[in-house]
Amino acid sequence: MDMPLSDTLAQDNAPQTADTRPLAIEARGLVKEFAGTRAVDGVDLSVPEGAIYGILGPNGAGKTTTIRMLLGIIDPDDGVRRIFGHDEPHEIAKLIGYLPEERGLYPAMKAYEAIGFMGALRGLPLEEGKARGRELLERHDLGHAADKQIRQLSKGMAQTVQLLGTLVHRPKLVVLDEPFSGLDAINQGKLERMIRELADNGTTVIFSTHVIHHAERLCEGVAIIAGGKVPYAGSVEAARDRIPAQVRLETRETDGRWRSALPDDARREGDFWYFSLPESGIETLLRALIEGEAGIQSLSIERAGLHDAFVHIAGEAAARALEADNAAENN
Amino acid sequence: MSNPTASHHASSRLSTLQAAYVIARRDFLAILFSRAFLFFLLGPLFPIIVGGLAGGIGSEVQREATAAEIGIAMSEADSAAMVASAAQLREELGGYIPPLVTLDEEQKTLEPVEVLKTKRGNLAAIVSGTPAEPTLVAPEGQIDRWRGQVSLIAANSVGASATQFPDITFEKVATSGAAEKRNRIQTAQAGQMLLFLLTMLLGGMVLSNLVEEKGNKIIEVLAAAIPMDSVFLGKLFAMLGVSFVGIAVWGSVGGLIFLAGGFSMGSFAAPAVGWPIFLALGVVYFAMGYLILGSLFLAIGSMAATVREVQTLSMPVTMMQLIVFFFASYAMAKPGTAVELAAAIFPFSSPFAMLARAAQVDTLWPHALAIAWQAIAVAIFVKAGATLFRRKVMNSGPRGGKKARWWHRRTKADA
Repeated sequence: MDMPLSDTLAQDNAPQTADTRPLAIEARGLVKEFAGTRAVDGVDLSVPEGAIYGILGPNGAGKTTTIRMLLGIIDPDDGVRRIFGHDEPHEIAKLIGYLPEERGLYPAMKAYEAIGFMGALRGLPLEEGKARGRELLERHDLGHAADKQIRQLSKGMAQTVQLLGTLVHRPKLVVLDEPFSGLDAINQGKLERMIRELADNGTTVIFSTHVIHHAERLCEGVAIIAGGKVPYAGSVEAARDRIPAQVRLETRETDGRWRSALPDDARREGDFWYFSLPESGIETLLRALIEGEAGIQSLSIERAGLHDAFVHIAGEAAARALEADNAAENN
Repeated sequence: MSNPTASHHASSRLSTLQAAYVIARRDFLAILFSRAFLFFLLGPLFPIIVGGLAGGIGSEVQREATAAEIGIAMSEADSAAMVASAAQLREELGGYIPPLVTLDEEQKTLEPVEVLKTKRGNLAAIVSGTPAEPTLVAPEGQIDRWRGQVSLIAANSVGASATQFPDITFEKVATSGAAEKRNRIQTAQAGQMLLFLLTMLLGGMVLSNLVEEKGNKIIEVLAAAIPMDSVFLGKLFAMLGVSFVGIAVWGSVGGLIFLAGGFSMGSFAAPAVGWPIFLALGVVYFAMGYLILGSLFLAIGSMAATVREVQTLSMPVTMMQLIVFFFASYAMAKPGTAVELAAAIFPFSSPFAMLARAAQVDTLWPHALAIAWQAIAVAIFVKAGATLFRRKVMNSGPRGGKKARWWHRRTKADA
């Protein structure tokens, strides 16, 4: 490769701000086909070290396959991926923690042993892993479950044990595949706090989700994935900026010169006008409305949310699929 | 490298062997302390019980257990004294003392050496002469086995003190070349059969272990952390370790039973390479045979999603292994031919063929060659299995919005 991968990615993904942090994950043109079907079709990603990064898309969009390729569980048919600059993720297994979507632990193992074993897989001495396991369980109010077998734990507890096993060796990169799936609201809140703590300590966290508000609340960067393609990868802010802010205007006058200041997409719903904030900016608009004697009663500007951005970028169909996934999970 | 931190991460992984050890340690302990291991240990009992009920094996065991009789070719009075002495000592010392029997009228007309060559009855040796000057007539391997007991019986029969034992004269019985060959083939057959049963039993166990792991969804955690080669190697060697524990237990229990019954390996024809090397080779060929079959089963298991799929996929392999076993048995009867060479080269039959060869031919260097070749075959199968796994198994995410995870299934099952 003539040009360093990170440089080419920087050009393609056009980061909005100059981020000088080294990249924890770089991927370019990842492709994976199964039985003639292209599950992942040219995915590009660049995740800076220390970031919380989301892969957002409906089920079947290619999130899990992308993650499996990033981690070296399967090899891409085409494209390259690098984790901390390494082509082969297993080479730096000690630096990575992974929680797969399909959770799994040995049912006969005790909770602290399961955490220790997962640490041992990542190079932590077994006894140290077990000791840390007990410590982590205590810290997360599960000390009483340390000596219980996994089969004796509730679903939520088992899921927490596996998450702690993912973190026990203190990885530099944590990859979580649908980590919020199956958790109740309280445990989702706990998980969000854990993710923030990890990032505060310099750990890079990348997670997949089909729930937009998790990504919106946590992530500085997202990759929107639909149909195996990534139509957007970049900061959450930049994604939201792809849609102009929406203006809601209430006026005393129903007609007049001021109407010419409204953009073409303006529509009236009840007492309010809704339209995109013109590119000329809010000051120009205000001046025109005042000079046109609109009699402004109220005016608010609402910035587009990540959901709007998702619809705008991935399309209505992908958005509907995302909502269907959420509805299915909530049921 | 575009990433400046890359060089700092150069050693951030377990080696293949270290990773395999992590898997092997977990599997070994988990299996050892599971009910499955208890069944594994009891496994050999079932054919014995079934055989015993049918009468076939039971009578065979009985025959073998009573094989160690010693004939008396002395005067009537001396014979009676020796038999009485043996009976008395057997009451005090148990099976250590063999039963003594007087020769029948026809046998009395023959020389002791000739009596033994006729191989009638269960005579392992014959004592002639007098209790004060006994002569022990036996095949070479049996003389050392019986000299102490005969000396003790003779001393006891003349009322000598416990420190006064008569000198024994020895007379070796030569075995004919044809008989020796026939007996060695029997030894080889026994070794092959044992090898076959053990490898099939363990191959099945390692397969079940992997399928269970896939059911528990742990396999992806393992595949993400360490190379699949290590997972496969770890699983194979864990089961090998378990099998060695099993063999040690069976060996100890079996040894005690046979010792109590006065039976020894001396009742089998000594293999050409000698018992110590034959047993050592037996262990190595068992390990290789199991590793080759186990790696194939693992490759199959990695591609199967359900127990039913495993059964469907493993059935042809089991049948193939049976054919391979028959092939190796056939090749055993064709030493020095292309058939034997083919059986020794084909990885699946190689351990069986080479063990049979060890019983019949004393040259050792072909074994070194065969073991090296079998090790290469294991490496190839493990690598191929791991590659297949990566290509075929982790090929998509879970299907559907609602996933049936193991705790969901457990809840349903419990309900």
